[in-house]
Amino acid sequence: MELLLASAIGILTTAGVWLLLRARTFPVMLGLTLISYAVNLFIFSMGKLAIGAPPVVREGVERYADPLPQALVLTAIVIAFGMTALLLALSVRMRHDSGTDHVDGDGAAR
Amino acid sequence: MIPVLGHLLIAPVVLPLLSAALIVALGDRRRPGACRAVSIGSCLSLLVAAFYLLGWSATGQPAVYSVGDWPAPYGIVLVLDRLSALMLLLTALLALAAAWFATSGLDARGRHFHALFQLQLMGLNGAFLTGDLFNLFVFFELLLIASYGLMLHGGGLRRQRATLHYLVCNLVASALFLVAVSLLYGITGTLNLADLALQVSAAPAEDASLLRSAGLLLLVVFAVKAAVLPLGFWLRDGYAAASPPVACLFAMMTKVGIYAIVRTCTLVFGEEAGFVANLAGEWLVPVGIATLAMASIAALACRNLAELVACLVVVSVGSMLIGAGLFSLQGLSATLFYLVHSTLVVGLLFLLAGEIAHERGAIGSDLVPGPRLLSWHLAPLFLFSAIGVAGLPPVSGFVAKVGILQGAIDGSWAAASWVAIFASSLLVVVALARSGSMLFWRSAGMPQAPIHADAGPDAGLPRASTGPSWFLAAMLLLLTAGASPVQQFMDATAAQLLQPAGYVEAVIRPDSVGPPDLIGPGTDRLLTRSLPGSLAPGAAGGSGT
Repeated sequence: MELLLASAIGILTTAGVWLLLRARTFPVMLGLTLISYAVNLFIFSMGKLAIGAPPVVREGVERYADPLPQALVLTAIVIAFGMTALLLALSVRMRHDSGTDHVDGDGAAR
Repeated sequence: MIPVLGHLLIAPVVLPLLSAALIVALGDRRRPGACRAVSIGSCLSLLVAAFYLLGWSATGQPAVYSVGDWPAPYGIVLVLDRLSALMLLLTALLALAAAWFATSGLDARGRHFHALFQLQLMGLNGAFLTGDLFNLFVFFELLLIASYGLMLHGGGLRRQRATLHYLVCNLVASALFLVAVSLLYGITGTLNLADLALQVSAAPAEDASLLRSAGLLLLVVFAVKAAVLPLGFWLRDGYAAASPPVACLFAMMTKVGIYAIVRTCTLVFGEEAGFVANLAGEWLVPVGIATLAMASIAALACRNLAELVACLVVVSVGSMLIGAGLFSLQGLSATLFYLVHSTLVVGLLFLLAGEIAHERGAIGSDLVPGPRLLSWHLAPLFLFSAIGVAGLPPVSGFVAKVGILQGAIDGSWAAASWVAIFASSLLVVVALARSGSMLFWRSAGMPQAPIHADAGPDAGLPRASTGPSWFLAAMLLLLTAGASPVQQFMDATAAQLLQPAGYVEAVIRPDSVGPPDLIGPGTDRLLTRSLPGSLAPGAAGGSGT
């Protein structure tokens, strides 16, 4: 499981960074989304990986997962979602106003 | 348990939030006057609260507010020490000037100016008060998302482009912040800054390299906020494109980065941090020198007054890093003095650039010959703030710069620091003299521009009130006249920062360690015996969503 999670984080980050370095707004946004997925997985893994252990107290359960990283991930997801929505709105607006989806708003000149 | 007045500690966070909600409910299209009144009223109350909190912090003992009465390190705490109180007061002063400037009609150029403005204040105040690393991240995001809206305020392609770059840079920085925070949590099992200081100092040697990477990653994140050299290229276009009151408030935003660097590097990664002691010491001064050099050269190349002021923001960041990187009493104290001075003077310059651009009509604040400026107050205020920002006597910047130079003598980069600060002062004076003579003197034979020229993103507005500029200038004069007591306060602040034990003791009270009585028997069991892995029961950190 450690190998699976670590390689998932690595692949997501690599793909995210590659997309982030594109010069069009949509790939940049996708790249940021992938990076935020990788980060969320990373936070999750910092609470130690445990299978079949609930984070919430329940009768008759002896092993618990650390609930705090899960709460942090929730917060991070909400924030990343809001930021992505804002970035999308801004990109669409820029595409509309400048006629290009280049991140500098002047793709025709390049 | 806490006297009623004790709840005032959370007022700088709650008050702007409630004001923002009230402004949205009132509707800035339907009742613009009421929204402005609420916004200004909120800024004034914040100023009063900040003065009270400053007096409170001057007792020397950090005040702790446990949100929801959950004791540290389980709950989130707000901590008020001298540095926090100082930053709160500075934010309130700048916010009042910016909100006042915006009421001339700039705020009606887009929706929700005052609501976003108040939310940004909430984020700033929260970041200065919080004693929890994840909570710091949340407040960072709050102030950032409000700042994106504010930067876009007024519209135009230039602002959209600048905001897009700023947004992408900060989203990457946020991702790194989360990685650093979760790394620290994974190693130490806590997110409370005071508890983190304890855990980091007691960390075993095999965790040192992980701790070092986490700490340096945090430093990178804060360096993005502070616009330090390789990470600060978003700043110039962003600040120059933003409307004047927004840029004025943004003068505070780079200071959040400086604040966060100073806070974490003194409290968590300071002298007593065991294997990662003085983590940032070898980095901050050389990076500060490079930032200073680059920004001063960039200042010479600016073709627009607003861009020039944005470069001056970066100049001030470089100077502050040189002072703060010493982590000596003298260096920190002078840096804090410089921080207050440079925030006020840069805010004033952004407002002046806005007034000048407005009066020159279509050419804005571009450094080309233009019509004569008719408002008599612009020239003396520009001269005053130019002297201030260059650090020449008699304005307070001189005192601060001398302090930083004195502190730098003892540092390992003494010669380079001195050369950088003197050379940058010279370059800044040249850039300001050039732009001043262009804006104020090269007007012979030019036709008088109509005041309401219909060009530029902020054209066609009524004149802004001159009050905010005078207000900031008066604050600078006050800072100059009262330099001695202010310097004493800064000395005490620096001394407090260099003694993090007081902060830690105030947050982690001996009687509050161990599971709090507030939680029921079930959670009690969770805390005492069933945490997974190697996490110690007492170290299960406190933060929430």
